[in-house]
Amino acid sequence: MSRSQNSPGGVRSKSLASYLNDENVRAIIYQIIVIGLVILAGWYLISNTLENLERQNISTGYGFLDREASFEISESMIEYSAQSSYSQALIVGLLNTVKVSLMGIILCTILGTIFGIARLSSNWIVRKLATVYIEFFRNIPVLLQLFFWYALIPNAFPHPRDAIELLPGVLLTNRGLYTPVPVAHHAFEIMGIVAILAIIGIIFLKRWAKKRQDATGQPFPVALVGTAVFFGSVFIAYLAGGAPTVLDVPELRGFNIQGGNNVSPEFLAVLIGLSVYTSAYVAEVVRSGIQAVPHGQWEAADSLGLKRSVALRKIILPQSMRVAIPPLTNQYLNLTKNSSLAVAVGYPDLVSISNTTMNQTGQAIEAISIFMSIYLGLSLITSLFMNWFNKKMALVER
Amino acid sequence: MKMKTILAAGAMSVAAIAANNAHAGAALDGIKAKGFVQCGVNTGLPGFSAANAEGKWEGIDVDICRAIAAALLGDSNKVQYTPLTAAQRFTALQSGEIDILSRNTTWTLTRDTSLGLTFTGVNYYDGQGFLVPTALGVSSAEELDGATVCVEPGTTTELNLADYFRAKGMSFQPVVIENINEATAAFFSGRCDVYTTDASGLASIRSTMAPNPDDYAILPEIISKEPLGPAVAQGDEQWADIARWAQIAMLEAEEYGVTSANVDEMKGSDNPGIQRLLGVSPGMGEALGLDEEWAYRIIKEVGNYGESYEKNVTAKLGLERGLNALWTEGGLQYAMPVR
Repeated sequence: MSRSQNSPGGVRSKSLASYLNDENVRAIIYQIIVIGLVILAGWYLISNTLENLERQNISTGYGFLDREASFEISESMIEYSAQSSYSQALIVGLLNTVKVSLMGIILCTILGTIFGIARLSSNWIVRKLATVYIEFFRNIPVLLQLFFWYALIPNAFPHPRDAIELLPGVLLTNRGLYTPVPVAHHAFEIMGIVAILAIIGIIFLKRWAKKRQDATGQPFPVALVGTAVFFGSVFIAYLAGGAPTVLDVPELRGFNIQGGNNVSPEFLAVLIGLSVYTSAYVAEVVRSGIQAVPHGQWEAADSLGLKRSVALRKIILPQSMRVAIPPLTNQYLNLTKNSSLAVAVGYPDLVSISNTTMNQTGQAIEAISIFMSIYLGLSLITSLFMNWFNKKMALVER
Repeated sequence: MKMKTILAAGAMSVAAIAANNAHAGAALDGIKAKGFVQCGVNTGLPGFSAANAEGKWEGIDVDICRAIAAALLGDSNKVQYTPLTAAQRFTALQSGEIDILSRNTTWTLTRDTSLGLTFTGVNYYDGQGFLVPTALGVSSAEELDGATVCVEPGTTTELNLADYFRAKGMSFQPVVIENINEATAAFFSGRCDVYTTDASGLASIRSTMAPNPDDYAILPEIISKEPLGPAVAQGDEQWADIARWAQIAMLEAEEYGVTSANVDEMKGSDNPGIQRLLGVSPGMGEALGLDEEWAYRIIKEVGNYGESYEKNVTAKLGLERGLNALWTEGGLQYAMPVR
């Protein structure tokens, strides 16, 4: 604003030249030009694409989503067959991606926390082992790790005919891990409802315990009581529901083991590969988070007579969370995006299904636009959640 | 790497489709300007397209591209190869990354229409079969209920497989791996009971990739029709014509008994058909927009269809002509008249 005052006022100064010399006016002109160029480039790309697609007679639009997919998918969390539509196939892929990403995030957090803490251990061997683990897995490309795990499983384990029986009914083969599952029974629905109620109850119990501790200073063993309440009530629900004992036990029928639950080698390879790789990064995040807490906090805990494990759990880790959550979010996003590598080892994730769809329908632009927007959505949801969690964990001034 | 390739292919398709401000005849002009044919082939299927020990591409699919280069550019070596997986091939062609797709590709209605392709012929009549380890003790595809099947994604094979099992009321578990080498490795490691693809592909995999070919057998059932042939993108009819007639010239040469060895003396033949084919009586080349020696060069440098088949399929895979014999010998290969 101060600049514009430099130009002398008056009617004569309203000439074109003085407008062009006005920095504010020029700034606006530049922005209009830039926006115009962006729109022009976008328009050029889109109109040219449409024109060329038409010239080559490639069909466009999302109409193919309703057509019958005609291909089978090896694992699906929802009802799916070759008669289902392409959109259902893509949902199967999306759910598979979400499944492996969520489980990967949980597993890599657990592994990462363990190795991150171990890296700071006072025990030399533990410390060095953690360092070796982190450096080893962090420095090998994740795709190679997936190939490694995928090559390992079919070659290391036997054909279903010679399956290794780990426990009665638990079979390990080169087709994956088979476990017995209970046959559907109404008791399980009751147990589910009771479990949800128990969790709500425990949340209230925790609030009450905190209030009491704030008022009287007396701790309440929430973890112990909560666990007992949870499992106790679920068990009572199981008994009340008629205590069904029928199991669907996997057994060899024909070529394959039938029945039970199967965890496929493809899923295992992707899950192990992604979580081990990401856990190495998470471990470093955890380590740096712990080290970011001033040493005085340890000493303060010592002087209060707290055990080292209690000090770590109650004082150091909660504070290190504040430092660790933003980089942790990055790692979770990376894991979710890296799950697209699953296509290389044949796990039917979103990219794999989109690829097949793209190839069977020839509609590359549409298929790519679908899976790119889904990945964008997944990543945005993950970061929204982590931002919320970050706010919750942030230091609250009292 | 895989992901990058896919994304790159996708991005390229978008970019190339977007930027490629084309007019009719653009494909042909582009090939003439750069001086070679960019040919999309299989990543490695001996007999059809595979790099040999010296790194030279060989196979009947490769010969199609060489024939076209000989006809159009005067030299069968003016070809550059782009190895493609089944899932990458159409995007590569649509985006203009390759000029012609000669990668054991089945000619189907939707591919010919909604994918924007033009199939220019059938260079191999095939059908889908099943490869199993002999230890499995299976002698017919009808015994495969409940089997785990390895298959390449984005193929007609994948669709026929689902159709076949559905029609027979049987169930199966697919294992879908894009790269043919990874997929066969999974099969040979025992991840799958069955590997399925076109019968010629099975023969190729069995004889060249199996640890011990005798431990594996191809089941007698052929469950589909797979007319395999080269395809070009729609929009340049002259280029499609050249691709189509280069292949027909190889067949026509076999019908007339013209081979790479006798083509020079055949130039003196009295047969008007041979004279037209070899450009002794002019007109054919001009009609295609080529010179009159186009077919002569194909036969001289690449050979006729029978020679190509013999050298690649019979010699490498031990497969007889079967459906791919000339129509005069009970097969389906039939040359449209060059006149």
